[in-house]
Parts: sequence; C-alpha cells; structure tokens
Amino acid sequence: MTENDNILIKVENLKMHFPIYRGVIRRQVGAVHAVDGVSFDIYEGETLGLVGESGCGKSTTGRTILRLYKPTEGHIYFNGQDLSQLKSEPMRLMRREMQMIFQDPYASLNPRMTLRDIVGEPLMALTDTTGKKIDERVAELLRLVQLNPDFSGRYPHEFSGGQRQRIGIARALALNPSFIVCDEPISALDVSIQAQVVNLLEDLQKEFNLTYLFIAHDLSMVRHISNRVAVMYLGIIAELADRKELYNNPLHPYTQALLSAIPVADPTFDETRSRIVLEGDVPSPVNPPSGCRFRTRCPIAEQICKEIVPEFREVKPGHFVACHLV
Amino acid sequence: MDQLLDVRNLETQFKTPEGIVHAVNGVSFTLKQGETLGVVGESGCGKSVTMLSCLRLIPSPPGKIVAGEAFFRGEDLLKMPSEEIRLIRGGQISMVFQDPMTSLNPVMNIGKQLAEPLMLHLNLTRDQANKRSIELLELVGIPNAGERLSDYPHQYSGGMRQRVMIAMALSCNPQILIADEPTTALDVTIQAQIVDLVKRLREELGMAIIWITHDLGVVASIAHRVAVMYGGYIIEESDIKDLYSNPSHPYTLGLLGSLPKIQEEEHTRLYSIEGMPPVLYKKPKSCPFAPRCSWVVERCWNENPPLMAVSPGHRAACWVDTKTGSLR
Repeated sequence: MTENDNILIKVENLKMHFPIYRGVIRRQVGAVHAVDGVSFDIYEGETLGLVGESGCGKSTTGRTILRLYKPTEGHIYFNGQDLSQLKSEPMRLMRREMQMIFQDPYASLNPRMTLRDIVGEPLMALTDTTGKKIDERVAELLRLVQLNPDFSGRYPHEFSGGQRQRIGIARALALNPSFIVCDEPISALDVSIQAQVVNLLEDLQKEFNLTYLFIAHDLSMVRHISNRVAVMYLGIIAELADRKELYNNPLHPYTQALLSAIPVADPTFDETRSRIVLEGDVPSPVNPPSGCRFRTRCPIAEQICKEIVPEFREVKPGHFVACHLV
Repeated sequence: MDQLLDVRNLETQFKTPEGIVHAVNGVSFTLKQGETLGVVGESGCGKSVTMLSCLRLIPSPPGKIVAGEAFFRGEDLLKMPSEEIRLIRGGQISMVFQDPMTSLNPVMNIGKQLAEPLMLHLNLTRDQANKRSIELLELVGIPNAGERLSDYPHQYSGGMRQRVMIAMALSCNPQILIADEPTTALDVTIQAQIVDLVKRLREELGMAIIWITHDLGVVASIAHRVAVMYGGYIIEESDIKDLYSNPSHPYTLGLLGSLPKIQEEEHTRLYSIEGMPPVLYKKPKSCPFAPRCSWVVERCWNENPPLMAVSPGHRAACWVDTKTGSLR
C-alpha cells in the first residue's frame, strides 16, 4: 500500500526521560527512561504499527513525536522541518498537520461540551472559521465518521464507546491533518465494535491519504492494519520490518516470543504451534539492564549481550533489528 | 454424579432508574468434573452476572435472581441458607477476578490475605496456614515465596498479582474455579504465562474451570467446551473445535469474522457487525440479535429461538441454518 517513498516523519535517536525528584529540596535522583534512543521513518500514506507491552514507551514515543512532551534528546523531522527545535507558536500552528486519537473514548472527551464544541474546537483554535461555517464543517465531519449530524447538540455521555471513538476521530480530522497518531484507538472497545472502527480508519486513510502511527498491544490487529511494524521493548525498538516480513520471519527473540504468545482463535492451529513462554516481567525503566535490554528475559542471551548495547542495524533491506545474535 | 454444576433457566435482573435491566434471561448449562467451559461474549452480555448469580454474589438490591436453579453436587446453590453458601464460596467453588490490582487488599500483606481463606475454610492455625501459603505461592511459580509473603500487593507486578489471586482461589482445593477475565488486564507474554499455569494446575489438581472472557483467542487455547452469550442468552454452545470449524449462529460467525486472521497474507477488509449490543429493559419477544443480524427472517421478530441441535454436542439458537440459508 506504500505508494511512494516520501519520508513524512523522520525520528532520530529520540529520547524522552522523565525525571524523578525526591527529598525536601526535590533533587533529581533518577529518571524514567521511557524512550531511550529510537530512530525510524514514517513514509507518506503508510501505517506504521508500533507494538509492545505496557510500559515499553510506545505511547510516549507517539506523544513525543507530536511534541506533547519536550524530548530530552534527539530530533523529529516533519517534512524536513525539525520539530524538536520549534518554538511554541510555530509548533502550535504545526499541530494542524498532526493530530491524535486517544485510547480511552470516555476520558478523552470533555463531558461538559457538546459534540459540536468538541469537534469544532480545533477549527476555532487554529483556523479563522466562525459561526455557521463551523456548524457546516462539523456536520460534514460527523457524516464522514458515520454519525448522525443531528446529534451535534448532544453530550458525550449519550454515546456508546464505539460512537465516542468516532467523535474522537472526527475531532482529529477537523483540520485536515496529514499525520495522525492513533494511540490504542480500539483497545477499550468490544470485539464487534473494533472491526467497525478499524474499517473506518482504513476508509479515511484511503480517502484523505493519511499517514498513521498506529500504537497497539494487539499484535493481530496491528498486523492487519499496518504496512510496516516496529516492536518496542523497554524504551528501544527491538525490530522493525515490513508487516509480512516481521510476522513470517521475526529475527529478534522478543518478537518471536511475542508472536508466539498471540492467542489464536483456532484450536486446531493452537495445538500444532509451539509457544515461547518468556520468564519473568519487564524490568523497571528507571534502571534498565546493561547491554541489551531484553537479556534478562532472553532465552538465548550470551555474555556479549550483558556488555555491549546491540546496534539497531539493517540486516536485510528494510528489516532492522537490535540483537547481537542475529 | 456426572454433572458437577447444573444451572437451569437462570434469570437475573437489575433495578435501575431507567427501568429493570434483564441481564440474564434464562441461561442453562452444565459443567462436568475436570472440564473447562469457556464463556464468551462482549461487555454487558451477562457472562459475569451469570456466574456471580450462581455464587449469589449479586449485590441485592439492585440485583435480583428472579428464577432458576443452580445444582452443585445435587444441592441448589440459589436456595441454600447463606451460611452454607459461604462455606462453598471460596472453598469448593472459588473465583479469580479480572483486575488483580483492585481485587487484592492494598493494606494487607500477601501472606495474611492468603492465610485468611485457609484459616476460615480449612481451620488451619496461623503457622500451618503460613506454611501452606508458601507452598501455594511456589505452586503458582513465584520465586522466593517465603520472603515475598510479607510483601504488599503494590510490590508485586500485575502478572504476579494474578498468580497470587490464583493461588488464593486454589488454596482450599476447589472443585470449580471460576475465572472472570483473568488475563484481560495483562500483557500478551504474561497472559501466555498465566494460561500455561492454569493448564498445568488443571492437570495437577483436576478441578473444573469456568473461564469467562471476551477473547476468542484465549478461549481456543484453554477450553474444552464454549458457550457464546449475547443479550443475556446463551446463543451457541459447542465443543471447542466444532465451534471454530463450524460456527452456526450469525453472531458467532460475525465475532470470528471481525478478528484479523493471523495467517492472513493479503490485506482483506474485516467483517464488522453493524450496530451495538442491546441493553434489555424488556425481555425480548424476538431474537435479541435480530436488529444486527444479516440473516434475519420474519420468524426472528416474532419468536426468540431456543437452543437447537446443530450436530451432536453443538447447539445454536437461530431459526436459520447458516450453512444452507434454509429455515430450521
């Protein structure tokens, strides 16, 4: 589906550390290394899937790209322009181009605002649209996400989870952005509603040539929607490849374990496959392990993994992996 | 006695300001010794309420069990005095809840929480209970069990807390373990650990399990038999393999179709069921799925279909034979 090779977003060695303060004078005693040096490109019109377990830094990566956090280190280029150096006003205007869809459709809509106000707010904040024009645009957006425009006077609590997520999508589309970060947009929804929202996202992408960063922990859904997939573990990208390549030929032991752990809705297939069950839990990002971050749970770790941080390197065209033993 | 649990025509309602919600509308199922029954459905379909009703854990008011029987080894759980069911709950039938963060007491250390049911149900002394607690934590694979007994829940990770919940549920050697979405709050790799753990314990201890979930993937790897619920009814019930190879109810077909296929090579569009699950303020005369169903015929609007045999061990509640398109 990647029609062109225009790089829309280029992320270079991005780091986002959240300081930890302790004591009476609130001295900084450490930092949560939420994102610790990730680099990747997002091509125009593609969907890049970003998967990983909770706390691996995938949401932080998405938010830092939109400059909802000020990155500790590294650069984000949007169409060649470095967002990490942008001052606040130009950055604010830049947000017309890049929007976000949030995970929790209950918490991300202001309960005291009507649909018209929610969907119309970006227009008021960042364009000169006023009055009737906003009403028209809101109605158009609601139709686009298959909601009845007559509902624009209603409040979020009158809608179901799936409908609320559509409202969130309409709000993200209000300014005709070219790039949308979808932060677990379907994880709070029921199975039959998930498919509706995913289909809607795909339709909108085709219609408006949108570029998505699709963050999720559901590997089978990411496989479905993405062109390329990046697997994150404890603040770094372990592997990045074309969707087919990643799922058919995973190289990083973490990706292999993750893929083998996906529950498959097919008992016959389930009996035949072998599972790699990882021991233990994800270590704390305050004190990540030395060397390779995955070594504490890795079934094939060797001495070198403890000493040297593996380089994130291209082993095949388009297939990047951070592991010594590949 | 072949059937360990035999639930018949269970009906549970909730009184709300908007009216009476018919959460469970006549559910019948059985559970054999050592069997694992998966109960699948979306939020609000009545799967948790069904199981909570069997254990009389429905808050009343607003909830009320209005009809039905639930025989556990010949005795009706719904009719027995509350002192008796207290002895069964946590003892012979125990439950693991979805959220390991909120179902453990945050101001009580793990050891005390584990010892509580042991002292209550098995009349162990504190020392005996402590010893048994360590064994239980080892059983569910927690390293340094002895030292971790004095830790508090916040010192455990999510997966370990769920292990503690399982240890607690298993502590009195239950005959039935009811697991209500036990892996939903966990990451995939941890989910795989827990599923493996439960499978191992099932073999070691020989208990029957009711596994409530919305995830058709997890259930495929653990259950022997599956019941699919919708709108307070069981709409399809079958052996695990038959359900996935031969789904018969349009809702089950839709659910399976809306999952992305892991073997999918080329990009296909997901099948989606239009509309939303119902909230039932009235016990429906029609099939509860009729408004969203693409197979719907005249009869569906007039008569709610009962479960009918599709093949041996496989029943579905639908007037239409979805294989041939003809009426049953």
